[in-house]
Amino acid sequence: MKRFAGWTLASPATLLVVVFLVLPVLATIVTTFTTPGGPFSTYAAFFGSGFRRTVLWRTIQVSLATTVIALVIGFLTAYVVSRSPGWLKSILIVAAVFPLLTGVVVRSFAWLIILGKNGILNTTLLNLGVIGEPLTMLYTQGAVIIAMVYLFVPLMILTLVGVLEAIPDDLIQASASLGAKPTATFMQVTLPLAVPGLIVGAVLVFTGSFTSYATPQLLGGEQVMMMGTLMYQQAMVVFDWVAASTIAAVMVVITIAIVLLMTRVARRLNPMAV
Amino acid sequence: MMTQKIHPLLIAGTVLVFMFLVGPLIIVLGAALSDTTYLTFPPQGLSLRWFENIFAIDAFRRTILTSLQIALLSTVIALIIGIPAAYALNRYRIQLPGWLSTLFVLPVLVPELVLGFSLLKNLAVQFNSPIYVALLFGHALLVLPYVVRVISASLASFDFSIEEAAISLGSPPLKTFFTILLPNVRSGVIAAFILAFITSINDVSISIFLTGPGLSTLPIQLLAHMEQFFDPTVASVSVLLMLLTVAVMAIVERTLGLTFLAK
Repeated sequence: MKRFAGWTLASPATLLVVVFLVLPVLATIVTTFTTPGGPFSTYAAFFGSGFRRTVLWRTIQVSLATTVIALVIGFLTAYVVSRSPGWLKSILIVAAVFPLLTGVVVRSFAWLIILGKNGILNTTLLNLGVIGEPLTMLYTQGAVIIAMVYLFVPLMILTLVGVLEAIPDDLIQASASLGAKPTATFMQVTLPLAVPGLIVGAVLVFTGSFTSYATPQLLGGEQVMMMGTLMYQQAMVVFDWVAASTIAAVMVVITIAIVLLMTRVARRLNPMAV
Repeated sequence: MMTQKIHPLLIAGTVLVFMFLVGPLIIVLGAALSDTTYLTFPPQGLSLRWFENIFAIDAFRRTILTSLQIALLSTVIALIIGIPAAYALNRYRIQLPGWLSTLFVLPVLVPELVLGFSLLKNLAVQFNSPIYVALLFGHALLVLPYVVRVISASLASFDFSIEEAAISLGSPPLKTFFTILLPNVRSGVIAAFILAFITSINDVSISIFLTGPGLSTLPIQLLAHMEQFFDPTVASVSVLLMLLTVAVMAIVERTLGLTFLAK
């Protein structure tokens, strides 16, 4: 009876996910194996193309760089935020939540104004006489990475503030009263306890960057094409839906593999936390 | 609490990080108020003409309405089906299989672009369903995990024995739901509503595949406008979206406190 009640209540949501997500996505992946060329021909075509391999490799590079920079900046900032007095902490959290709730298009657009040929950065540098002519900053890998870091640092800060606040103050005080210097306490107590949170943050940022569309489209253009922009181009510009499905399948497999792998690592490092 | 001294360099770094976070948005605000026909900062003379321009452009008027409609409807759908699901997951945890809660996280795990493309390919094209339906349910899926997660969190502290007491005293299940359960998770429902609404309003990755001639959402229209014109209209629409964010944060602050978002 109870089992029946539970299923009845959960079934509309289950149905939505199955009908509008599981089945369509599976259908997309299945079509990549049922092409006339044979089950793996689309993948052979994907990995056989030098251009597509470059795009995949570039996407991995950009996502890794974004993750590492966001981890370092996010962790140090979250550390200071979590140790701030109450009123300041509230202000800082508001300052981190605000960009997070502001959409991807707005936040990427901001970097378009800053990094453009006649953008603020170029104008300022020209006026100061630092440079003689405008630098090309847009449509470079660096521009995409900066905008991605901008996108994900707030998420990292908020994730890690929660994790750092969960570390009992007693532990820090115990470490200090036993004679550990602040740096030693940080390295030997705070950092290890924050590792599961760092892993969660890293997964969110990596998968988010890996599958992003708007930021590489606006700041990278054709020159810095990434997996998401390539997939969109194949589907909606070239209308090669088999190629787009293949890219989709590669993105799904890599995303889920990263999530599973990192959850495993987190569980091994700290069986209690995850 | 200041339990430990923080290295001054670390504090300086944090100040820089927050300047990095807020600075670009201030620049957008400045650009939106500019008097010139091109994007520039600091603004050369202040003017609100670019805000008027938003409403003069038919495509912006239309897509603002579509975005509000889709966000509202998809959030309501997600709440109507997500609240019972979250309730079932908490109340009947032992009776339900473990993979069910994983199923509700899937919309977060599966890349949005893949979801959008799959809905276009296998729903809109294959079954000839209206693109609006695919867009609406795509958004409902996108926001479902927020609803389930936030409602689950507020149910975690709910004492189900109160509800059992009401039922054993003869209260019908639906009445019990509206008079006992719902008031207890009210702040969770508000938070879920707000997070879902703002997520839907800002979505690009699903919508980019599910919009086309005749149907578009605001962020997609913004992207399209940016590719053709590089004028301050985009900045002023961005400012409108930021004002929406401010409103949302004010509501969250009043109902839950913003630190809730950093839990």
